[in-house]
Amino acid sequence: MDLIELKNIKKVYDPESNEPTLALDGITFNIKKGEFVAIMGPSGSGKSTLLHVLGFLDLPTSGEYWFDGKLLSQYSKDEIAAVRNKKMGFIFQAFNLLSRTSVLENVKLPLLYSDVPESKWDKMAQDAIEAVGLTHRINHDSSQLSGGEKQRAAIARALINDPQVIFADEPTGNLDSKSGQIVMEIIRKLNEEMGHTIILVTHETYTAEHAQRILTIKDGKLESDKKVERRRSFGEFLK
Amino acid sequence: MKFAYTLKTAVNGLNARKSRSVLTILGIVIGITAIIMVMSLGEGAQNLILSQIQGIGSKTIAVVPGRQPNGISGAMSTLTDSLKNNDLTALRNKNNVPHAANVMPIVFSSQTIIYENNSYQATIFGATDFFAEIFDINPAEGRIFTQDEVNGYSDVVVIGSKVKDELFGASDALGQKIKIKGRNFKVIGILGKKGQSTFVNFDQAAIIPYTTVQQYLLGIKYFNRIIVEADAEANIDSTVQDIQSTLRNSHNITDPTKDDFYVETQAQAMQMVSTITNVMTLFLAAVAAISLLVGGVGIMNIMLVSVTERTREIGLRKALGATDKDILTHFLLEAAILTSVGGIIGIMLGLFFSFITSFILTNVLNLAWSFSFPVLAIILGLGVSTLVGLVFGIYPASQAAKKSPIEALRYE
Repeated sequence: MDLIELKNIKKVYDPESNEPTLALDGITFNIKKGEFVAIMGPSGSGKSTLLHVLGFLDLPTSGEYWFDGKLLSQYSKDEIAAVRNKKMGFIFQAFNLLSRTSVLENVKLPLLYSDVPESKWDKMAQDAIEAVGLTHRINHDSSQLSGGEKQRAAIARALINDPQVIFADEPTGNLDSKSGQIVMEIIRKLNEEMGHTIILVTHETYTAEHAQRILTIKDGKLESDKKVERRRSFGEFLK
Repeated sequence: MKFAYTLKTAVNGLNARKSRSVLTILGIVIGITAIIMVMSLGEGAQNLILSQIQGIGSKTIAVVPGRQPNGISGAMSTLTDSLKNNDLTALRNKNNVPHAANVMPIVFSSQTIIYENNSYQATIFGATDFFAEIFDINPAEGRIFTQDEVNGYSDVVVIGSKVKDELFGASDALGQKIKIKGRNFKVIGILGKKGQSTFVNFDQAAIIPYTTVQQYLLGIKYFNRIIVEADAEANIDSTVQDIQSTLRNSHNITDPTKDDFYVETQAQAMQMVSTITNVMTLFLAAVAAISLLVGGVGIMNIMLVSVTERTREIGLRKALGATDKDILTHFLLEAAILTSVGGIIGIMLGLFFSFITSFILTNVLNLAWSFSFPVLAIILGLGVSTLVGLVFGIYPASQAAKKSPIEALRYE
């Protein structure tokens, strides 16, 4: 069953101005539940805009976006927030952890906006932190962590509500290759062992090759949609 | 959303910017401190004045010559010589005013008193021997004059402590002769230091039998006041009516609006004083409230800066599922916490300073002042400061809530 279905999605910035920018120019594709998809493209190609639209962070100008069997335009504002909270997880290039806040509190953040009773929060956060192997750092302030640890804390935060899909926007972009490898291993585990749908935006081919399928965007159009013939194995990062 | 947890988050957010938070609430702290002080000291002042009025005796009724002043034109038309000796006699008649325990005429004037080479401008207070009881003053040395001395136009005087100090210094005054308008008076009593009483500063007064003052010092036949003391508080209203009908009768007045005198009771005076001090207190509190307004604008300013600084955080929270309302609540709470903490500090500081002031007034200036704990002001202060936070926080908070998550996440 398709989790995500895009039909002729267009996104225009500044539509009223003399030079409107066409960021997405009629994108159509489907993503099944449990798939690991990478979105590639040069900078300015529209891949980030596409991720924002997919992640309910931005609205398309036209076209149909079906998420989990329901048309985007039929979600109310609060429902959109609720979908972001419960069905989606976000991993950002810049980590976006709250400073002066412990790993535990950072990971708990999405629960604040959920209907999960507060008594369960600590256990859920501990489990998520364990899943990314950061238990020994649980009470550390986020600013004391290394880049890789920060991204793992961010992954734990994305995991905590057991979302259907995790969006990762250049998750290794700010990391050295070793930390990047660890992060990508965790993301693959989420997909292969826990069954999360992963949508990964990257401009690095070797990162994209962790995915089962690569969508290439250029000038706001879907240029190619290929299955990855030979997926990158875990060891290959360490050259 | 969990309110308690949001509250905790907001407190953490403020805690992370401690010195800024402290500076931000300074305006609120000062405003609330000022309001609490004004309210507390205002209440204290009112209690002091009221207790002094009560000290004169709540059974006391004053008859004032002239029309009751109604604005400036009313004051101009007052007749000052309408209370005469026959009125005194009529009021002393038990058939006319059955509940009058005592009736005392008063004349006053300001005159220079001379002793040897010293002179002093004193308040000459002409009364009967009853004055000591009515004003609750007793001589520290000597005695007060007797009824016989009043009836006999005696040249005797009881002087206040300041008059004694100015004229005699450290030397003995009792039995000495002082000169007023060329006439010699024998000092028979000296009052202890009393300070400013409600109407007269007895320290600066010379009290002489009213008969003597009328006859020899002023050459007048009328009184400035007639004081009537009712035999019981319950009889004050009926006594006031008796006084009015007696005087109308003796002045041949049939129309009460044409009265050439009016009657003041302590209850009226107390009510008047309460009204005046309340208005003054409210006025001062309103002035102090302006600083709250300034403080509120400061809060708004800092919150706006904070919202801009935390754009990324706002974006993140929205990406993680926060609704506009969640963000609005979060920032409103921060503002309200800031101002209510400011309010609490202000209340404590205000109480502290009022207490210190009361202590100084009582122990250094020897006023019968009592520290008053302004419960209403405290509740009001806390409510107002929180309200300031909500009112001035709503604009920055709505700015925060309006931010789109991608704009916010893109913000560097």
